Amino acid sequence: MDKLKKLRPGWGILPVAIFLAIWELVARLNLTPGQFLFPPFSTVVAEFYHLTATGVLVDNFLSSLVRVLIGFCAGSIAGLAVGMIMGWMDNINKALHPIVSLLYPIPALGWLPLLMLFIGINEMLPITIIFICSFFPVLYNTVTGIRNVDKDYIRVARTLGASDVKILTTVVVPLALPNIFTGLRLEAGMAWRVIIAAEMVAIPTGIGALMMRAESLIRIDIIIVCLIVLAVMCLSFEKFFEYLEAKLTAKWR
Amino acid sequence: MPSIRLENINKYICQGVSLEIFNKELLVLLGPNGAGKTTLLNIIAGLTDYTGSVLFDSEPVDKLSPSKRGVGYLFQDLFLFPHLDVASNIAYGLRAQKQAQHELQGRAEELLQLMKIRHLATRYPKHLSGGEKQRVALARALAFSPQVLLLDEPLSSLDTQTAKYLRIELKQLQKKLGITTIYVTHDLAEAEEMADRIAIIQSGHVQQVGRPEEIFFYPINEAVSDFIGAPNILRCDHCRSLGQGVMEADCGGLNIILPDDGNMVRRIALFPRDIYISETEPPGPGVNRFKGTITSVNSYGDAVRLEAKVGENNLLAEVPHHIFDDMDLTVGKEVFLILKLRRIKVYQDRDSGQKRGI
Repeated sequence: MDKLKKLRPGWGILPVAIFLAIWELVARLNLTPGQFLFPPFSTVVAEFYHLTATGVLVDNFLSSLVRVLIGFCAGSIAGLAVGMIMGWMDNINKALHPIVSLLYPIPALGWLPLLMLFIGINEMLPITIIFICSFFPVLYNTVTGIRNVDKDYIRVARTLGASDVKILTTVVVPLALPNIFTGLRLEAGMAWRVIIAAEMVAIPTGIGALMMRAESLIRIDIIIVCLIVLAVMCLSFEKFFEYLEAKLTAKWR
Repeated sequence: MPSIRLENINKYICQGVSLEIFNKELLVLLGPNGAGKTTLLNIIAGLTDYTGSVLFDSEPVDKLSPSKRGVGYLFQDLFLFPHLDVASNIAYGLRAQKQAQHELQGRAEELLQLMKIRHLATRYPKHLSGGEKQRVALARALAFSPQVLLLDEPLSSLDTQTAKYLRIELKQLQKKLGITTIYVTHDLAEAEEMADRIAIIQSGHVQQVGRPEEIFFYPINEAVSDFIGAPNILRCDHCRSLGQGVMEADCGGLNIILPDDGNMVRRIALFPRDIYISETEPPGPGVNRFKGTITSVNSYGDAVRLEAKVGENNLLAEVPHHIFDDMDLTVGKEVFLILKLRRIKVYQDRDSGQKRGI
């Protein structure tokens, strides 16, 4: 019931509507120097329709989406797996922790020049960037989540006859889920920010590349369409993981 | 169910501990915090490394992992798995040991009935009260039919009323299942109520093992006596029933009126806090009151302990500080000591099976 209430469009839409109305008004009344630099909202909507109808937006969006999905899924699964091993096995954690601590702070885009030389400019480049962008935070949060699980739960499970693998999969990982989801949620949005930047710099297709082409043609309306698509995708990905987290943990937290 | 023997166990504060727990008995490990009680439970469960030997029915189990020892362990803080509902918590051990689904459900159902928590089956631990959590944790520990049950201060977090109720149930359940049980507590009254035998443990050493009344009336040394509250113990003879549920006994040369249930009284024990001190002769019938001379005055926590010579006996009494300050109690002063009748503990001669002549 509460969830339904949250989803019901209510007063939350009002500020957005006011914002859009002011935007439309300011642009229509030519209150800004040069209308082409500040198109009204209706023009942006018309352009969105046009780009969608011609398939330009869909093609570029799908290019970005596939890269994000492949890179994010692979990076998250790898981060989760390595994180579980590091969180569970003290020796491996001790061995790998210094390396992870060193690599984790490097911004994902910082790898771009190096990867351009190693991989070349092809589909693997943005996917690898997204992989790195997702891998380290998920790894870090998984390790933290697993190591924060009260050791007494493990002792209880042990006295109840559970094997190490059973304890890891049925007690430790479920109890570490809130931490793991924090990593996934943050990185799901971050993956979109990073892919746009990578496409702007090095890749000729995708939403980022479309924005760069629009910039060279001084098509502010197209840039704004791309930004709105980007905002919606960041938000959708984050909300998806919020929903998943609530679904899996709200009952007992 | 096996008997358990600990031989020369060493771990942390526990040094050279040897102890035997008989088949199907409930042994209470009684001692102050930090005495090594939980360490001994962890050793028996195999949750920590140690030197020495643990034997179940004379078979060493030192090399067995916790899952192979067949020990049910109820931890002090329970640690119910928060992400599993009550039924899944109870079935966890069975599932971990890969029991068939229908057996697992049957056993979980049986335990839900046994612990009277059938209505809680689908609830999560965060929605349970303290007493309900206790029952679930106990059901979980019993689910895989362990040979030995370890209970680490299981009722310490509950209110007095719930704890008392659960203690009775726990004791009945232990007898019904006939499971060898070790129960850890630092509470003497709880230990007396629960135990077949009590092992007093202090600073990692087992000081004394015996039935509750043995511990109480025959403390082996001053440390044990002090731990159980330094009771005044008097040897009694010449018991004579006075009717009305009371009798007169000669205890250490003092004529003392005691509750009478028909058995011969061998010893009585009285805690220092259960003796009133009066500077003047109190009004009323002159029973269970004696004149004595104070021989020592010592501060003891939030009270003052006075030793008074009464006939041939030295009786220890305790007075709260705020009352002591209002009185003039000094060494050499004559005072009256009044014994609280209902607080006198009696050690009866059950073995003789003879009734006293009236």
